[in-house]
Amino acid sequence: MQHDSLTAGGGRNVVSETIGQPSILLVSLVKVVVLLFLVLTAVAYLVWFERKLAAHLQGRWGPYRTGPHGLLQPLADGLKFLLKEDVTPAGADRFLYVAAPFLTMTLAISSIAMIPFGPASIRIFGEITPLVVANSNVGLLIIFAITSIGVYGVALAGWSSNSKYSLLGALRSSAQMISYEISLTLSIVGVLLLAGTFNLSELITRQSGHTWGILPKWNLLNPTFPQILGFFCYFVSAVAETNRAPFDLAEAESELVAGFHTEYSSFKFAMFFLAEYASMITVACLATILFLGGWLSPFPQIPALDWMRYLPSALLGIAGLALIIHGVRYSTILGRIALPLLGVVLCALAFLCSRPNVVFYVQGPFWFLAKVFVVLFVYVWVRWTLPRFRYDQLMRFGWKFLFPLALFNVVLTSFAVVMHK
Amino acid sequence: MTPQLIVFLLLAALAIAAAVNVILQRQPIHSAISLIVVMIALAGLFLLLESEFIAAIQIIVYAGAIMVLFVFVIMLLNAGAEEHTNMSRMARYAGLPLAIFFLIELAYQIGAATVSWTPQPAAEGVTRGISMLLFQDFVFPFELTSVLILIAILGALVLAQRDEGVPTKGGQSEIT
Repeated sequence: MQHDSLTAGGGRNVVSETIGQPSILLVSLVKVVVLLFLVLTAVAYLVWFERKLAAHLQGRWGPYRTGPHGLLQPLADGLKFLLKEDVTPAGADRFLYVAAPFLTMTLAISSIAMIPFGPASIRIFGEITPLVVANSNVGLLIIFAITSIGVYGVALAGWSSNSKYSLLGALRSSAQMISYEISLTLSIVGVLLLAGTFNLSELITRQSGHTWGILPKWNLLNPTFPQILGFFCYFVSAVAETNRAPFDLAEAESELVAGFHTEYSSFKFAMFFLAEYASMITVACLATILFLGGWLSPFPQIPALDWMRYLPSALLGIAGLALIIHGVRYSTILGRIALPLLGVVLCALAFLCSRPNVVFYVQGPFWFLAKVFVVLFVYVWVRWTLPRFRYDQLMRFGWKFLFPLALFNVVLTSFAVVMHK
Repeated sequence: MTPQLIVFLLLAALAIAAAVNVILQRQPIHSAISLIVVMIALAGLFLLLESEFIAAIQIIVYAGAIMVLFVFVIMLLNAGAEEHTNMSRMARYAGLPLAIFFLIELAYQIGAATVSWTPQPAAEGVTRGISMLLFQDFVFPFELTSVLILIAILGALVLAQRDEGVPTKGGQSEIT
């Protein structure tokens, strides 16, 4: 455990150096554009995924009519949001009313720039760069800085709408976000004590290895002091921080119509909506990095398990074949064409992933995305299972249970780290 | 002009413009937002000086925590537009000359100073350097400050709960 290298190594984000070199700027631009495209698509389909999962949890079908299995629903929703009338309420503070959704959306998406998706470096225009847009030495702190500003989007939206429901929703929501941000930050201190770095890529590499050859040394199962309490605090406060059920008091429909975004319509509403899902992705990525070992495989690196590196292509291939078999018997003609085509694409991807010069690059992103997917699944599952808290319960839970618990975890971890030394 | 200088000038101009805007705006919430912009521009300047840690902390603490409370209170009180009065006699005859004198003094001192203006990059990492300073060299003043802040919080609580007669349930007052 190296505690004396808080900022050494890792990132080469020396700011003035970066500004002066056009090639780095160009490569970063390419990465930003690709990532932005991927994230926006992921956000759109996360909405679809949540609706589908919620429906199946409740014994319904969910979106089914727009395209096969409702796969074109995000597209239809997007078009609807674009074409609807954009209303600004009378007496609204026009500048802040327009600025708030932009602020929320920008902040929600920009924190994903810090997330490293895999260990391997890729080559863009002859520049070798890691799979992360900004490999900063204080990446974690920058994510927290961005989240801490996120409160303004909610607060200003509610205030500038000139509506009592919006204002009440915004007040509730900001009080909640301020309260739970403390537990959120404290829950991570344990991880930082164990790892001794703010760099997200280094945080992951410090978690490599296995206890007794089986148990991965992820921070959740760290041999010095397992961060189970920390993970619990992190997950609960992250759900509260993103304003989702059971902590979605900001938009309690039965009391506040829709909370802080009551007065928003058309694409401004869509921006709040998308921002919620984008921050879900950020929070899930962060949970993966901090507690679940990021891109590291859960299996030990031994020759007997060498075939594990073909797992991504095997899974993709099975999914593709299943889609083809299911697709040819689908009820609509569009489905009979589109689903098998999608299946063929997946099979082609599976074949590509099994090529010897590609298989190495796929491992990191595969495990990373798989873990993020599991976290997102739990996230949605929780929302459609638990009833909403009452406001005083929410505050009591945050301040009298979660906050002391996170502090307790910090104290215990500090002792464990000192003893271990 | 180096790219660093251009970025510096942009950030400095943003900081100054937002700072002036804090005073000129009549809506308290607009002033608060301008102050947040100042904080963020300052964080950008810290980034330019290779102090990533300070930049992040600047945003987390000032823009993310302190100003949130400002905005929260302004929203809670629903403070309306304030009235700008003409300068009072005190401000006109005492304040204005003093301010001008202070500005001249500042400009003179900065002009006469002989320090190097190029930033000195921290050799062994800013985070480590700061934690060494805080928790080894200045650990006593640091802890003393936290006690001071704790006393201030307790004082505020005592003042807030004095002689209202209505004991709040579990010390928790309803906000909505």
